[in-house]
Amino acid sequence: MKLKKNVAVSESGLLFNPVTGESFSVNPIGVEILNFLREEKTDEQISEAILGKYNAEKQAFENDYQDFIGVLSHNNLIESHEETNA
Amino acid sequence: MKKPTLNIAVTGLNAIDSPGPGVSVIRALREAASFNTRIIGLSYESLEPGIYMHDLVDRTYSIPYPTAGIDLLFERLQYIQEKEKLDVIIPNFDAELYPFIKLEHNLKTMGIHMFLPTLHQFEERNKVNLNDFGKKYGIKVPKSKVIYDLSTVHSLPSEFSFPMIVKGKFYDASIAYSIEQVKSYFNKISAKWGLPVIIQEFIHGTEFNVTGLGDGTGKTIAAVPMRKQYITDKGKAWGGISISDEKMLDMTRKFLRNTKWRGGFELELMKNKDGELYLLEINPRLPAWIYLAVGVGQNIPEVLVNLAMGHTVKPFTEYAVGKMFVRYSWDMIVDREEFEQISMYGEL
Amino acid sequence: MSKQRYERPVIKKLETGMPNKFGTRTEYQPMTNIDGVPVTKLMKEYGSPLFVISEKIIRSTIQKAKKAFRTRYPRVQFAWSYKTNYLNSICSIFHQEGSWAEVVSGFEYDKAISLGVDGKKIIFNGPEKSEEDLTKAIKNDSLIHIDHLDELYTISELAEKFKARPRVAIRVNMDTGVYPIWDRFGFNYENGQAWDAINKIMHSEWMELVGLHCHIGTFMLAPSAYGVAASKLAELALSVEQKFKHKIKYIDMGGGFASKNTLKGAYLPGSDTNPTFDDFAEAISSALLNSNFKHENLPLLILETGRALIDEAGYLLGSVISNKRSSTGRRNTILDIGVNILFTAFWYDHKITPAQEFTNYSEDTCIYGPLCMNIDVIRESASLPLLNKNDHVVIHHVGAYNMTQWMQFIALRPNVVLIDMDGKPHVIRLRETVDNMNSMEKVPAHLKKFNM
Ligand SMILES: Cc1ncc(COP(=O)(O)O)c(C=O)c1O
Repeated sequence: MKLKKNVAVSESGLLFNPVTGESFSVNPIGVEILNFLREEKTDEQISEAILGKYNAEKQAFENDYQDFIGVLSHNNLIESHEETNA
Repeated sequence: MKKPTLNIAVTGLNAIDSPGPGVSVIRALREAASFNTRIIGLSYESLEPGIYMHDLVDRTYSIPYPTAGIDLLFERLQYIQEKEKLDVIIPNFDAELYPFIKLEHNLKTMGIHMFLPTLHQFEERNKVNLNDFGKKYGIKVPKSKVIYDLSTVHSLPSEFSFPMIVKGKFYDASIAYSIEQVKSYFNKISAKWGLPVIIQEFIHGTEFNVTGLGDGTGKTIAAVPMRKQYITDKGKAWGGISISDEKMLDMTRKFLRNTKWRGGFELELMKNKDGELYLLEINPRLPAWIYLAVGVGQNIPEVLVNLAMGHTVKPFTEYAVGKMFVRYSWDMIVDREEFEQISMYGEL
Repeated sequence: MSKQRYERPVIKKLETGMPNKFGTRTEYQPMTNIDGVPVTKLMKEYGSPLFVISEKIIRSTIQKAKKAFRTRYPRVQFAWSYKTNYLNSICSIFHQEGSWAEVVSGFEYDKAISLGVDGKKIIFNGPEKSEEDLTKAIKNDSLIHIDHLDELYTISELAEKFKARPRVAIRVNMDTGVYPIWDRFGFNYENGQAWDAINKIMHSEWMELVGLHCHIGTFMLAPSAYGVAASKLAELALSVEQKFKHKIKYIDMGGGFASKNTLKGAYLPGSDTNPTFDDFAEAISSALLNSNFKHENLPLLILETGRALIDEAGYLLGSVISNKRSSTGRRNTILDIGVNILFTAFWYDHKITPAQEFTNYSEDTCIYGPLCMNIDVIRESASLPLLNKNDHVVIHHVGAYNMTQWMQFIALRPNVVLIDMDGKPHVIRLRETVDNMNSMEKVPAHLKKFNM
């Protein structure tokens, strides 16, 4: 999973997609995850980091994480596999 | 004598295709002869152009929608008051007037002045009550009917002929030529603005507007009639000309005398081919074209501020006839950081 | 080191548009305790979902209402409308505050008697009163409000049989400028039915006409309609006085004042816009004081206010079962609260707040109940913080009608807890059990066994 290259996330949680011109607001946990994705952390590493810091159940977080990733790809913010492989 | 500097907050900074009056009101205040101003914008959305007009607006705060309730609005205004020491607020949206009227007393004790219609005046002029309003004050209004559910739509053709106007409680009006259209507008409008929806007789004719100011005792402080010259497909004036029509001014004075209207207003009038004037709607606030009034010699926002501050004012008696406003749109260049500031922190 | 509170990650597109009706109500100021009792503690002890009623709010509300009327009109009497909430403890609070009982069935009548209400202080309304009910009411000297002519004749016959002279009133319906007119109850004012019924009573020796009653609608937002109704009843009373030299003792304006809930389809929140007790009191008292009653003859003003006196005192606590996303990408949240216990979700956008602190990120969410039924929707659209599974929510203003119109459907009905004036919780109605439900059933012998 990889965030699209030129997607910018600011500290305030504003995400800007320069390709489409869309802006999004992201909550602090979301920003952390986006930064992990930018660093190309794996799902397991991300889950470990979040569960280490926050009081959440593994299963619950993983569901939320998948949902979050779903919204990211729905909005074309994630590199699709073909693009990554190419 | 040194001019005082007033901190004035203004809403309605959306200068888009259906523009809010805020930016025009601010221009008027910037030109006031009797005071200097620091202008605080109050915005609902991050893309209201006024937010980014730094030569007109000194600082902007976003405020919660009226639907969030009075308490949240009051909390936000208290926060803003701590930072800005406001003297006056001028609300410019119909939908926010109710909460601001309710807060008038509380804001006053915080040192913030407003000059708004009373709740009674505000309710009475509501489109929903237009028939009664006309009857009570002897002003001619188109026949209208308030509907709460779709099932009553079918009986409309026995009372109204097509086309008829379908109107929302706060905004929106569409002309319907068939029952199917009435139904579809009913659904659209009620989903956005709630119930009831108003059905109004369609008056063929020419549309005019009058803006002005009442002092709350029945006196006419200002009145400027305008004929729309260029109308957008949303029915908004994109160009207009000041006119001198005694009949319109008479109706305006009668409206102010009989209702003892307090505050700014806009009357929407229709003149049919026989020259009869109908009052279609009373907007309980200044219109987006208010700067025309300034241009013809009546700085209504300035006087409104002076009334709010409790000063006595002299009524305007004259204005230049035949002056036009021609509206244009203007592309500002804005840094994304500014958009981010207002979007994420609610202040710019 | 203790871990931070988890909030699910969320990303929301920034969209623009004019002020728009939905998705903008910020409701997430959390409510973590009720009258000083933590919500989490209540739910741990009494389960989820859970109805919680604040005795403090009930008492302060009825006192506020009484004050609004008594400062404007010399003689006022409230009568608690049982159908709004007839849990015994709730009725008793109102009776302690001096309210009489207003009932609309034999069941409610018996409930009032069993609570110890003096029969003379029971108002018996409604279209269905059996001979047995009427007999009881006559013997207890209750106030019987006649709904239709058949009832009038029955009462007359029973009175003659028992050699009694019951105190009666008639229910009057009328045009108050608010539509639809509730003309299926009582006798119509405009077409003369009401005057006709009055004459029938006045000419009968078996009934004493003591009052005139109306109940013009429910969740009324126009105080002016009460002004119209009060004037019309006053006019009827004065006509009776003129024609029969008989004084009408009371005018009963029924119930119907709007509570602070927000009706579906309303743009502004009801807590901001709905009229107050003062507004209603002003309309009714002015109409009565301005009518032609001599001061010493002013009738007693009775009010059967229901929802406006109890809605705000009731909370429904529940838990998040699951978060889902619909096929269109919309957030759906499923609660353990269904329309079977929150009947009023059909006509209000109930305010819902979380019961724990959150950041101010929110998401537009559709709130569903747990029933396997498409109609089980609590809110079509609510802007809520990022609720996790098992998080708690508080639904506000649920005190009226829910604890009487609830259904034992699919699930059992939950505990109802009253928090007393000292902040102490008491269970005032136990949650149902399967045994409770089964104890009412009888299974014929041939159905007691099966092999599958
Ligand atoms: C006769 C009568 N009185 C009083 C009430 C209480 O009404 P509300 O809860 O609207 O105040 C009702 C309710 O329908 C009623 O039918």
